[in-house]
Amino acid sequence: MSSPNRDFGVLETHLRNSRSSSRKILVPYITGGLTGWIDAIRSAAANGADAVEIGIPFSDPVMDGPVIQQASEKALRDGATPTSIFHELRSVDVRIPLIVMCYYNTVFRAGHERFANNLLDAGVVAAIIPDLPLEESSEWCAAADKTGIETIMLAAPTAPDARLPRVVARARGFVYAVGLLGVTGERSELATTAISMATRLKSVTDVPVLVGVGVSNAAQAQQACAVADGVIQGASVVRRLLDNGPDAVGKYVAEVRSAIDQPIVVAR
Amino acid sequence: MTSKSILRELLTPGADGRFGEFGGRFVPETLVPACEELEQAFNSAWSDSIFRTELNDLLREYAGRPSILTECHNLGAQLGIRLILKREDLNHTGSHKINSVLGQALLAKRMGKKRIIAETGAGQHGVASATAAALLGLECKVYMGAVDVERQSLNVFRMKLLGSEVEAVNSGSRTLKDAVNEAMRDWVATVESSYYAIGSVMGPHPYPYMVRQFQSVIGQEARQQFKAMCNGDDPDLVVACVGGGSNAMGIFSGFIDADTRLIGVEPAGGAAVGRGVPGVVHGMKSYLMQDEHGQVQEAHSISAGLDYPGVGPEHSYLSSVGRAEYPSVTDDEVIAGFVLLARSEGIIPALECAHAVAWITKEAPKIQGQTVLMNLSGRGDKDVAQMMTILGDSLG
Repeated sequence: MSSPNRDFGVLETHLRNSRSSSRKILVPYITGGLTGWIDAIRSAAANGADAVEIGIPFSDPVMDGPVIQQASEKALRDGATPTSIFHELRSVDVRIPLIVMCYYNTVFRAGHERFANNLLDAGVVAAIIPDLPLEESSEWCAAADKTGIETIMLAAPTAPDARLPRVVARARGFVYAVGLLGVTGERSELATTAISMATRLKSVTDVPVLVGVGVSNAAQAQQACAVADGVIQGASVVRRLLDNGPDAVGKYVAEVRSAIDQPIVVAR
Repeated sequence: MTSKSILRELLTPGADGRFGEFGGRFVPETLVPACEELEQAFNSAWSDSIFRTELNDLLREYAGRPSILTECHNLGAQLGIRLILKREDLNHTGSHKINSVLGQALLAKRMGKKRIIAETGAGQHGVASATAAALLGLECKVYMGAVDVERQSLNVFRMKLLGSEVEAVNSGSRTLKDAVNEAMRDWVATVESSYYAIGSVMGPHPYPYMVRQFQSVIGQEARQQFKAMCNGDDPDLVVACVGGGSNAMGIFSGFIDADTRLIGVEPAGGAAVGRGVPGVVHGMKSYLMQDEHGQVQEAHSISAGLDYPGVGPEHSYLSSVGRAEYPSVTDDEVIAGFVLLARSEGIIPALECAHAVAWITKEAPKIQGQTVLMNLSGRGDKDVAQMMTILGDSLG
């Protein structure tokens, strides 16, 4: 395992501190621009989220399954733009780090430096760009590093062992362990790849490792946290926001929080 | 920039898959190893004489290659030009798509994949994929926008008849771009067992390069055949329609280093090169119709096969260095071109190719006496029902 020789950003410092105090990390995902999304962020923060990931809706979200696609389409129909989302984010007064998830064309169209500065102005500390793999990331990473925005890298089950150290070397904030082969969405069981991915990553880095994609409920979050430092919950959160509004998000976050605060006792 | 150096750039995209600033590999991390594996597998197959022989045998004995050239004496005389068609419409399955699909399906088998995934717009690539899958014993699933399923119902039935599964895509604009999204989502989930047979010179590296290599047979044949027909000369113009742009890259590739104008005709409602700005979608950096925030705009074209807001990166490159031109024509001009070729030559073109006919007709006064080689990349049978609705009784 390698410990990076660099200064940690706001997000990574926060997550490393949580880990040091044996607290598992919970990051809910909320589609920006969706009705009630700002209240959902507040509600998530009040109920035990360690950070919030805000999705900027995109016309062609290839990594997303039906629920987040539907949320993105709805937000876009309601007029959400990166500009409107950044504007509204400035009014959010929560005390946990804010992360943005967006597809690369959103960044590319704005321009790398301008986009990084827009994030900074909106109070966002980190970015996840799921269609920007390591090999294409240098221009964005240069702009992000310059402004202090932490770029979260994804690691997938298809990666050969030799690739993982290169991916984690570029990761800031945390490493996003893709839990399964597939797009975002709820599954009835946690895929075995979620645990194996977290295990593989933990063996090569001490950057916090969070599992996302296919972590669908409190029990699965608890299972994933047996190895990982934490989880990202996407479709299960967005579905609740779509169906039942911001309060349901808070209630769900509290439920997951409570589950991951109780470590699974592994039978020996 | 010399035509030789442009040709070199096209032939050697390098590990980063770039043509100038365009191309690349903008895919989810899950797919990076698959793209790397495919790049290696293609390069190894392409330099393997056994693979090439097997492919050439299929192209000859199954697809019916070489496709012929047909001179349009009537329409040429009417327009005051010499007009010659490269007859890709006569290939098995009715379009140029079979050239790439046979290559990709052979490659899939060579890589040990049991299942292929394809997206389709007009249904031509879907039908070609279903055909190759039936021939080579592969499972095949085709994604098609719900709008296109509606307007190309005959091709949907063909694919099912050939044993493929067709899924109507109801997200986004419900056309080709959304079919690509859904095919990519399938691929992300099934990457270990499935091969994604992209239908055009688009997508992440190595697809634009690989599909163009498979389609380059069009240009290679056409250049030789044209010389034989026209006293050893090259044509003054080569004209092809462009959606993703595979038939155009196939024929252009044979004439990059010739003293020939290369014209890619786009639909006015989907003119990615003509009206787009650089963007990134479907794994590639290329010209893209998009709004100020980077949301991809919906294309609107009478032809399902060109209803695409992006374009293959090699076209963006050829445009940026001034080697090819990308004018556009309207749906009304296309309808007129469709009827014109049918009535003057007895050839019903695919609506996609009617774009090329329309541009040539419009441009004719400026190119009097010149030789024009047009890629007739598909036949119009699939469009007859749609045209019957549009034209109705107006034909008399």
